[in-house]
Amino acid sequence: MEIAAENLTVLIGGRPRVDHVSLTLRPGRLVGLIGPNGAGKTTLFRALAGLRPPDEGVVRYDGRSLAELGRRTLARKLAYLEQSSEGHWPLRADHVVALGRLPHRRFGRAALPGDAEAVERAIEAADAQGFRDRPIDGLSGGERARILLARAFAVEGEWLLADEPVAALDPFHQLGVMERLAEAARRGMGVVVVLHDLTLASRFCDRLVLMADGRVIGDGAPAEVLTDAAAAAAYGVRLARAEADGEPLVAPWRRIDPTERER
Amino acid sequence: MTAWPVEGSVSGPPRYGALVAALSGIVVAALGVSIVVGYAPIDLGEAIADALAGRPSLDALVLIELRLPRALIGALVGFSLGLAGAAMQGLLRNPLADAGVIGVSGAAAFGAVMAFYSGLSASFGLALPIGGVLGAGAAVAALYALAGRGPATMTLILAGVAINSLAGALTALALNLSPNPYAAMEVMFWLMGSLADRSMTHVQLAAPLLAAGWLMILASGPALDALTLGEDTATSLGFDMSRVRGLLIVGTALAVGASVAVAGAIGFVGLVAPHLLRPLVGGRPGRLLLVSGLGGAALVLAADIGVRLVGVRPELKLGVVTALIGAPFFLSLLWRLRREA
Repeated sequence: MEIAAENLTVLIGGRPRVDHVSLTLRPGRLVGLIGPNGAGKTTLFRALAGLRPPDEGVVRYDGRSLAELGRRTLARKLAYLEQSSEGHWPLRADHVVALGRLPHRRFGRAALPGDAEAVERAIEAADAQGFRDRPIDGLSGGERARILLARAFAVEGEWLLADEPVAALDPFHQLGVMERLAEAARRGMGVVVVLHDLTLASRFCDRLVLMADGRVIGDGAPAEVLTDAAAAAAYGVRLARAEADGEPLVAPWRRIDPTERER
Repeated sequence: MTAWPVEGSVSGPPRYGALVAALSGIVVAALGVSIVVGYAPIDLGEAIADALAGRPSLDALVLIELRLPRALIGALVGFSLGLAGAAMQGLLRNPLADAGVIGVSGAAAFGAVMAFYSGLSASFGLALPIGGVLGAGAAVAALYALAGRGPATMTLILAGVAINSLAGALTALALNLSPNPYAAMEVMFWLMGSLADRSMTHVQLAAPLLAAGWLMILASGPALDALTLGEDTATSLGFDMSRVRGLLIVGTALAVGASVAVAGAIGFVGLVAPHLLRPLVGGRPGRLLLVSGLGGAALVLAADIGVRLVGVRPELKLGVVTALIGAPFFLSLLWRLRREA
C-alpha cells in the first residue's frame, strides 16, 4: 500500500500546523520524519494515520481515501504508535500487546488462533519478554515504551507509524529498536518514525523528511537532507561530522547564535 | 457473550468464564433469598403452586404482586447501575466516574419529580417512570449538544457536572415551590430510592429500555479495551470513537434513566461494583462490563434483603443504605488516588 498526502493542510487554533504538504510514502524503507519542536511532525502523522481529517487536501492509501477504504480496513493495514500513551488501567503487559489484535477480531468472535502467535512475535520483536506478565503501571518508562511498541507490532500491518518510539529508551534499547525497525523495513514493511536524535536518524533511515513551520523543507537520503544549511535553517544548530566503522556519523554540536542566524 | 484478548496464558485472576458463572450463581441465589425474605409470612411452596394454578390465594398474591417484582427490579436495576458504572469508568478512563457523573441520574430524578409535582403521577401511574425516562433523554440530548461532536473526555465530564447541577437545582426549585407539603414529602422519599411497593407493571415498563441499554453498552466492550491506550490509539485500532461515545451515552441513559424511574436514586452501586471486581478481570474494561453488571445486581439485592432483615420501621430507604456504605467508600478511593498521585 502506498500512502500519498496531497497538498495537506491541517489547522490548529486557526493556524496551519501542517501547511500544504505533499508526500508519497512507499513500503520497504525506513523513513525518518525529523524537525524541531512545533514543526508539525505529530500533526502530519495524525493526518497520515487518518486520526485528524485534514482541513485541505487528502491522504490516499493506494489511491483510496479513508472514507472509501474504511477505518477498520485501515486499522488492519496501518499501526500507529502514539508519542506518549499511558495505560489507564493496571492491565498486564501482554494483554496490552494483545490490544494490537483488535482490528483483526470480528464482532463478538473469540480470539483467532493466530493471535497468540502474533502477540508472541511482537513481544519478541520489541525485546519485551522480561516483563510481559507485569502490570503496565508498574513498568519503567523504557519498559512501557517497548510494550507499546510491541502493541503496534502486534497489528502486523503493512505500515507502522511510530511517533518518537525511542525517546524514552536507554542507548542499548534505542539501538535495538532502530535495528528492529530497519529490519522490518527490509522485510517489506513501511515504517515511518518521528525522531529527534539526528545521529540515529541519519544512520538508520533510508530516507529523511525534514519539517519546519509546517512545511517539508527537505526530503531524500540522509546525506542530502541533513546538510549544514538545512540543520542551521531548521534547528539553528551546527552539526559535527565524523566517521565510525566506516559509516558517517552526524551529531548536533553547537547552537548558532540567533542574531547571526538571520543570514 | 463477548470474548476477546488472548486466553491460554492467564495466571493469577480467575478465568473469565468461571468468574461470570460464579457471579451469576450469586445473583440467582440472591434473587431466591429476596423472594423468601419479607414482612408477611407466607408458605412459599403453596404460593408457587397457587400462582401456577392461577388460584388467587393470599400467599400467591404476596408472591406475585410484592415479592417477585421487588426482587426482579432489584436485579434489573442493580445490573443496570453496575454495568453503566463500568461503562462510564471505561469511557472516561476514570475510576471515580459513575453514571451519576454524566448527569443522567440527576436528570432522570428531576423528570420523575416533575411527574409528582405536576400531579400527573396521581392521575395515572405510569407518569412517574415516563418522567424519569424523559429526564434521562433530555440529559443525553444536552450532552450531545455540548460534547457530541468528537471532543475529548474532559468536555464530557464538565458537561455532566453542569447538567447534574442544573437538574439538582431544578429539583430543589420544584420542592421549594410545592404548595402541598405532602407532595414534597413524597418527592423526598422518592429521591431516596427504594424497591418497596413496585409492581409487575414497573418491570414491564423498564425491562425493554434496560435491555436496549445493556446491549448498546456490552457491544462497546472491545472499544473500551482499546481506549485503555487513549483515543488516538483506539481510533487507529479501527474504532470510530464518536460512534462508541454515542452508543455508550445512549446505552447509559436508557439503563440509568429507566432504573431511576422505577427505583429512585440508588447511588454508588456503579462506583463500588466495578472497583471491587476490576482486579478479578485483570483490569480489562471490556470484560469488566458484564462482571460489574452481575456484581451490581448482587449488591442491590443484598442491600435490599438487608433493609428488610434489620426490620427498622419505617423501612430504611435502599438509596440511603447504599449511600451510607458508598460515600465513605468513595472517600477512601479518592484518598488512595490522591496519595498515589
